[in-house]
Amino acid sequence: MLEVINLECIRGGRTLFGGLNLSVPPGAFVQVTGANGSGKTSLLRTICGLLPPESGEVRWQGTDIRKLGEDFATSLTYLGHRNGIKEELTSLENLRVTCGLSGSKITREQAGEALSRTGLAGKEDLPARFLSEGQRRRAALARLVTSDATLWVLDEVLASLDTAAVGLVNSLLEEHLSNGGIAVVATHQDLNVSAGSFQRLELGEVAGGPAPTESHS
Amino acid sequence: MFRWIVTRDLMLAWRRRADVLSTLFFFVIVVSLFPLGIGPETQLLRSIAPGVVWVAALLASMLSLGRVFANDYADGTLEQLLLTPQPLYLVVLGKVAAQWLVSELPLVLIAPLIGVQFGLASDTLSILFLSLLMGTPVLSLIGSIGAALTLGLRGGGALIAILILPLYIPVLIFGAGAVDASIMGADPQANLLLLAAVLVLSMVFAPWATSAALRISLE
Repeated sequence: MLEVINLECIRGGRTLFGGLNLSVPPGAFVQVTGANGSGKTSLLRTICGLLPPESGEVRWQGTDIRKLGEDFATSLTYLGHRNGIKEELTSLENLRVTCGLSGSKITREQAGEALSRTGLAGKEDLPARFLSEGQRRRAALARLVTSDATLWVLDEVLASLDTAAVGLVNSLLEEHLSNGGIAVVATHQDLNVSAGSFQRLELGEVAGGPAPTESHS
Repeated sequence: MFRWIVTRDLMLAWRRRADVLSTLFFFVIVVSLFPLGIGPETQLLRSIAPGVVWVAALLASMLSLGRVFANDYADGTLEQLLLTPQPLYLVVLGKVAAQWLVSELPLVLIAPLIGVQFGLASDTLSILFLSLLMGTPVLSLIGSIGAALTLGLRGGGALIAILILPLYIPVLIFGAGAVDASIMGADPQANLLLLAAVLVLSMVFAPWATSAALRISLE
């Protein structure tokens, strides 16, 4: 259960949003939309704990994430709009290092499988600087394949992906949600996820208070 | 997990060997310019040797410090490191350890060799080696604070130097002092002990300060 309570975010002296409330039960999926500069990335970074909120708090399983600290990190997978891929390393090494750092050691074979699922089969041993922008994004998506975190926070996850990869993101999200996972996704394109419940959060209009503007199961 | 960070950074350094070698060559060249410029005046060379080697080590460490966090910051891996389930203190300590192994240790190992150009005796060379071995980790540790504070700023390189070089002064005094004492035939132990104290202090406090600076830089 992820809760956002009365959250306010100020960047560069400008209030991006205030009084934001959100409650996401297990198996639910929030799509954050809004114009450029409406604070989507700031909201996602605040949920991850990278950005301290001006006021209000983010709660994970009922506790403020600032008190949870590293315990919260074990239940979180964050995909920012920068991929977090080291150009000097191959996509296989990138994936194994990232998994190793988050405490879930994976074998070469497991990493290879995850990468072939993202469509990088045969390119595992290529340094990431030789990959195209979309392929790097796919290499970053492999983290979702191996992730066993409950909360996924994905920023502009569909940027520079082709149709096949968009389908992959959809099916990964469906699996994640049907396993009781939670996902917060900022994107302009519509995702076609059939599992779990869905909320849409439109930023830029919430200054006064209420949160989800549309919701269905 | 500490091991993963060190391995990762060593792997990255291996793939970018040119960066690493440039620091080492800078150190060797700067130190070697002095005997060439001054000429074969053994007495003078011997008395300036500790200061020259130590100042060159400080400047060489400036070259590599800018890279400690900047590359990770640019490609988004630093965010990921901040979100890993381990204290940021350990992450920082791991990155600093890797930076020291890659950029400072080669310089420590080669110092006795280039110290010969200054006509230093063998026991003085071993004190030079020992003082650098204890002093360079302090340079990496304190330097990481500056690297974290200047993340994402334009002209960060010059700013690091202005912020950090003054903080290096105790290391310079004790490090060069130990070598000086050995040249004069005195006991370098006092200086070495002080250097060890600075090392312990900075090992405890510097990663903590760096972590705080990183959090601010990534906001």
